[in-house]
Amino acid sequence: MSGLHIVVCGSIVPDPLQTLEPVTTPAGPGLKNEMMLPAILDPWAGHALFEAANLAKSVAGSKVYLVSLGPKAKLQQVMMTIGQKAPFELVVADGPASGFTDAAEVAAELAAAIEAIPGLDKSQLLVFGGWQSASRGAGATLQMLGERLGITDQFQGVDEIKMQADGSFTVLERIEGGSYQLSSCAGTPAVLGWATGNLPEPPNNPQIGMANMRLIMPALQKAKPAKVSTGEVSFVAVELPKQVRETRVVKDMALEEMAKEIVDWIRG
Amino acid sequence: MEILRTLPGDDVRQIMWRYADRFDLQMAIQSARSIARGLVARLVADGQRNTHEWTPRKAELLTAFDQSGLTALYMDPEDGGFIAGPKNLALSLVALELAWVDGGSATCSLASNLALAPIHEKGTPEQRHAYMGGCVPPQPGEDRVVKRGAFALTEALPYIGVDTGVVSGRVRVSDWQDGQEPMLQVEKRGRFITNMDFATFVTAAVDSDDPRIKGSCMVILEESDPGTFDRGTPTKKMVHQLSSTCDPVLNLTIPASRIIGGYEVRDGVIVPNFSHGEIIGSVFHRTRIPVGLMSSVKLLSAVEPVIRYHRNRFRGGDAAQPGTPRFDLGLQQKEDALQRLVDVWATGEAGMSLGLAAARLADEFDPIERAKDALLAERGVVGVRAQMSALRKVQAQAIEYVELLNAPVGKRDEARFQELDADALAKFVGLDALSNVLIPACKLWCTGQTAVMMREAVALVGGYGITEDCPGFLFQKWNDAQLEATYEGPEAVQRRHLTATMNNPVFLASLHAWVRELKDLAKTRPGLGAGVLATGLELWAWTLDHLQNATDPEGRKLYHNKRQGVTFPLADALCWLLGPYFLLKDILELEAKGGDNPVVADGLQGLVTFFLDLFHVQAARGTGEAGRLCAELVYGFRSPGQKCCAVGDAECVGPEELAHFVHLRSKADMCFTGSRLSKDRAGLALSQVMIPEALDYPI
Repeated sequence: MSGLHIVVCGSIVPDPLQTLEPVTTPAGPGLKNEMMLPAILDPWAGHALFEAANLAKSVAGSKVYLVSLGPKAKLQQVMMTIGQKAPFELVVADGPASGFTDAAEVAAELAAAIEAIPGLDKSQLLVFGGWQSASRGAGATLQMLGERLGITDQFQGVDEIKMQADGSFTVLERIEGGSYQLSSCAGTPAVLGWATGNLPEPPNNPQIGMANMRLIMPALQKAKPAKVSTGEVSFVAVELPKQVRETRVVKDMALEEMAKEIVDWIRG
Repeated sequence: MEILRTLPGDDVRQIMWRYADRFDLQMAIQSARSIARGLVARLVADGQRNTHEWTPRKAELLTAFDQSGLTALYMDPEDGGFIAGPKNLALSLVALELAWVDGGSATCSLASNLALAPIHEKGTPEQRHAYMGGCVPPQPGEDRVVKRGAFALTEALPYIGVDTGVVSGRVRVSDWQDGQEPMLQVEKRGRFITNMDFATFVTAAVDSDDPRIKGSCMVILEESDPGTFDRGTPTKKMVHQLSSTCDPVLNLTIPASRIIGGYEVRDGVIVPNFSHGEIIGSVFHRTRIPVGLMSSVKLLSAVEPVIRYHRNRFRGGDAAQPGTPRFDLGLQQKEDALQRLVDVWATGEAGMSLGLAAARLADEFDPIERAKDALLAERGVVGVRAQMSALRKVQAQAIEYVELLNAPVGKRDEARFQELDADALAKFVGLDALSNVLIPACKLWCTGQTAVMMREAVALVGGYGITEDCPGFLFQKWNDAQLEATYEGPEAVQRRHLTATMNNPVFLASLHAWVRELKDLAKTRPGLGAGVLATGLELWAWTLDHLQNATDPEGRKLYHNKRQGVTFPLADALCWLLGPYFLLKDILELEAKGGDNPVVADGLQGLVTFFLDLFHVQAARGTGEAGRLCAELVYGFRSPGQKCCAVGDAECVGPEELAHFVHLRSKADMCFTGSRLSKDRAGLALSQVMIPEALDYPI
């Protein structure tokens, strides 16, 4: 089996510990002070990247690309961490990484960026990404991207891929009811939308970081602007999921009664 | 008017602290941060600071440092490191990231570097290769155990850190066969030796106990050497429990090739190439910078948890209902809570700016120092006295150099500046004078004032001992700051250092250039606070000049190294002024370059306005403190019987010879104009700034 070309699509999201307050901006919905909030790599895309790096290590001659649509100044900050975790080549489309952009437009930009990668062998191509994103979670972009690239073997909610010596592979996908579906695929190309996978986040390795940075910094400098927007979508209202907390203050309740109430609540 | 929208992030700090173009440093910071806010924070939260012993859980720190590259940070690329050139700024940035959560973990990270520093600075090429390379964690495919070092000085037993000039460790010749390398017997007992629980080698200061060895030296002791390598009992200490400390007993036989820097045999006597004092001088000069920063960063780390505590103070109970100011702002409704936090933040910013200026200067200075050494060696100038004599001859050029260095680009004689910049000796003398003030000032002021201001931070969260009400490990940080004020040279040592260096004419030329710069700024941008700082610096310089020439009523000279009652307060006064100066420089850098970064450009105006308000607050505080100290020194040594002036108390305008001092003091007071308005604005900004929902490490 010759080396794989694994393209991981993933961008940044605001650090989830930050205060995320929806606001209306001239360009549509957004988050208050969004540009100034610290960002992280979308955790779903992170799982995909770490799985890609692991897979590339096991198949000689493989190469990993991280294709990212996002504001390049913020991407640069995130790369100082992510760039140390796995060897990859960065491809940047400089545009918004907002959770309100239109998935179809994003897919088109990503497809164009992937098509433009020099020397990419589409017959050996695996397109990885998160099966959803932490910014909105529509789970639509990767599927549309696969269609644009002409890749119809698609798997979503993936937790494992096992490559065979003949180039075929099996995929473990999450399905409803907490079960898995095991599929076999004759070979590349394919699209895999990753769930969490099975790998921990690798520790930072500065040697990998220094090697990656030789390509990351030029990639950021030559990033082409990407025109994505909210498309035809009109947002009537945007709000965060509400925290629900129902508290009762009860005095002098017996332990048995408390336990029974909890058990009843769990049983529904 | 735009206000501070969010707390300053990495993009802002990279510009202010001048490493926006250093991705190697940015990566190291991220690695250190992930360890600090992950493993380190969990260790503290789980009570690992409650033990003196080095536990398996604490040892996880070493693995984390190895995996993330922090262990190799100090090494050069040829030895397996990944950062080329001087690393003072790199080590400082990593130390402060770790100390953001826990100072002991930062010490643990730095201690091995301290053990290596004598070898790095003065070791032979073979020693450098063996130990610098050996301390790099093994790469995939390598089969070896990583070396870890400890540094043993701490003289004289049973105390620690008393006098580096007195060495109680002993070395003598144990065996010396003709034509063979001499074997040495080394006896060394240590106290409070960091890393000793797991060190595989020790760099130890020893003195000769044998006529066949001349003077003192430093030696490398390995755990596999024949003899006793007893790590000793854990030192019981109040703070920094995430670093290992023991009281070792070492009695080992080693080859003479372990003398750091090598030796010569003259007339049958082993003559080390470097005394322990020469080595320590070159080591401690720089390693004190990260310690100062480890303290100051605690104040910055306190800002977010204190704001959150204040805002949430009345939430969740019957005391406040959603939508009311009491619910939304909590204690931030009160001006005092806001403005005390402004003081904490401003002190932290000033310390950080001073310390990082010192770190950058040390990086710039390292190659200049080596160039100076090479040039003097080429000219045949050897020995300390001959070198000092040669350097004194270029003092005039050095003064001219620092004046041009501090003059505005475009208004100075550029050709002359370039000429002097290329003159290794003039540049060395210029930068040496500056670093000899900035480094001790950083260690002295950053640690000492942090210890004071961390008490304020703890008080701002109630300070009554409930740990849930004291987030961000503020209490531990308060205690840690006191140790940091002591180790690697206590406050008295730094004040003595400043006593000897702050009256250097080359440094004073820099200081007067800063005054001119600030006065120009005050003219073009009144209300900034540059004027009050300029006056404070002028006042200090006048006081120094006065004290150098004045005597007390008994005719004894006032400025004398034995009169610590004079020189030490004057050193303190200078330190109060240095922090604000470098803070202003950092803010002006941010203002000039922030617009180029789209992340920083969004909200830049509000951010700069806020930082300038912090500067104004700190400049006024610094000038006030310096003015008070100077006034005590100028008036305090006059005899009670001496009349202030001829006209009597009612219309006293001070004695004639002090007229200029009186004028400057009065001017300094008037220059406080607007500083409290700045504090009002900064306090208001703190009540409106957006902060994260939760702290990014456990409480």
